[in-house]
Amino acid sequence: MSDVSIQRPPHVIRRWLASHIAATIALLVLTFLVVLAVAAPVIAPYAPTAQDANNMLSPPTNLHWLGTDDLGRDILSRLIYGAPTTVYACLLAVGVALLIGLPVGLIAGFFGGKVDAVISRVIDTFLAFPAIVLAIAVTSALGIGLTNSMISVGIVFFPQLARLVRARTLIVRQDLYVEAARCFGASSLHILWRHVLPNTIQPVIVQVTLLLGTALLAEASLSFLGLGIQPPNPSWGAMLARAYQYMEIAPEQMYSPGLAILITALAFNTLGESLRVSLDPTSRGR
Amino acid sequence: MARRSTTRIIGGRLLQALPVIFLATFIVFSILKLIPGDIAVTLAGDNATDARLDEIRALYGLDQPFFVQYGAWLWKAVQGDLSRSLLSGEPVIAAIARQFPNTLLIVFIAIIISLTVGVPLGIAAAIKPGGVIDRLVTFVSSLGIATPYFWLGMLLVDLFALRLNWLPATGAKSLSVAPLDAIQHAILPAMAIAAGGIAAISRQLRASLMDILSSQFVRTLTAKGLSPSAILWKHGLKNVGVNLLTVTGLLVNNMLAATVVVEAVFAIPGMGNLIVRAAIQRDLPMVQGVIFAMVIVVILVNLITDLLCATIDPRIEA
Repeated sequence: MSDVSIQRPPHVIRRWLASHIAATIALLVLTFLVVLAVAAPVIAPYAPTAQDANNMLSPPTNLHWLGTDDLGRDILSRLIYGAPTTVYACLLAVGVALLIGLPVGLIAGFFGGKVDAVISRVIDTFLAFPAIVLAIAVTSALGIGLTNSMISVGIVFFPQLARLVRARTLIVRQDLYVEAARCFGASSLHILWRHVLPNTIQPVIVQVTLLLGTALLAEASLSFLGLGIQPPNPSWGAMLARAYQYMEIAPEQMYSPGLAILITALAFNTLGESLRVSLDPTSRGR
Repeated sequence: MARRSTTRIIGGRLLQALPVIFLATFIVFSILKLIPGDIAVTLAGDNATDARLDEIRALYGLDQPFFVQYGAWLWKAVQGDLSRSLLSGEPVIAAIARQFPNTLLIVFIAIIISLTVGVPLGIAAAIKPGGVIDRLVTFVSSLGIATPYFWLGMLLVDLFALRLNWLPATGAKSLSVAPLDAIQHAILPAMAIAAGGIAAISRQLRASLMDILSSQFVRTLTAKGLSPSAILWKHGLKNVGVNLLTVTGLLVNNMLAATVVVEAVFAIPGMGNLIVRAAIQRDLPMVQGVIFAMVIVVILVNLITDLLCATIDPRIEA
């Protein structure tokens, strides 16, 4: 680690990527996703809601590379327009989880004692709920739709981050530099912000990467069930819900959205696992 | 002596579970409070009569302070009264009693599939780390984690039900009326959610076996001249039992969640069907009842797993 850390960051990243082929591919896939998300209107051959009345449930043709759905909408275009939905949904859910999980974990770990006991118990309880089911319940209360459903997913995810940050904070707060800062009269808030938080960030980055993949699966599930994105807006999960209705006459409808979800989730997981192995000194050489 | 400590362990675990159950009821009740605006208007719909609004306010005691409402709700819940569905008027507990068995059967079969496939895979991978089988297992388990269960369910329906016609595509049968039929209906959905279970079990088993195989006492056994396979069967597997049990216990939580989504693909009248319909139509008592029943099952399963672990491995303290 020490010989690497004195080199300039871009070089370190390049070297890391060169030795982690799977992570490199994953990063390429995710970059491609972001490009699609930003440039969907430029890249997509058709508008996501444009209907071709002459070609409904069409198999792949020159006109429609991946075929059309039951309303004659171009599947490739809807797939591309699903990218911004995916990016928005994942970032929103994980953002909410961070917003709640970071402070809760920091407070529990830093202050310890009764505060920690109560917060830990609450975290345990949240973790006992089957995640997506709790997200469904919270979505129902907030009102269905993409934004509300992903806020719900974020609320359901926060305990995972809080638990991680708490465990890390418990270790860090006993470190010498924290003691030193306290001796110099630094306030708790200052110590938390300047010393504890930066030292909890590595495991959080790993967990966030993995959570983005979980958030994607949650979005797909909730949209499939009709609790997430509402028609006619495109989302890979919602495309699968439509494909499901026409499964007996056009089973090929369900292949491409499902693959898109699988590949993206795989990319998040692969990147997260590679980061975990690289950042965690104890798992070296496994 | 041994007996007394066992009772103490059970007592300790029960005492630990109680606050979690209590907090869970609090979370379940608080879901109602997330509704923006006037709860009664939201629940009753836009063009509800004043009488209907009053009815809903009375049902929830909405004019009372929060903790009074919670107390009243909790008191009824303890007595098994989870209120009535706002849509059908059916007692929530009756709907859950009718539909939960369908969900539990799927989860049960999925756990059996996960163990029968995951355990051999995990052992095969641990025997030769870095080998072909190990890499294959790692790859397949990555797929198992990244695949949306409901999509896998759709692919299974397409292949086994529509194309091959081996198994029924949709619906569920009661286990007590037609056991064989019921299991047949549950196999495809169970296969769909077992993918994640196989991944989790094979990964965990591989990791804990490798930990043990690289530990001191195994080195001693090797030095004694024991063959690697003898070490694996006699000492390795005996020591991973607790880990395996813990993972299986945790899987119940994941699988209950996965079933809720997969049930939609197979049109199974289970808990997923109940909560999704209720969630879309904002039938909050039903939503609360389903999630409450599920969390209780998860907490009980965790409790039983903990106790079994403590029984198997006396080193684990309550």
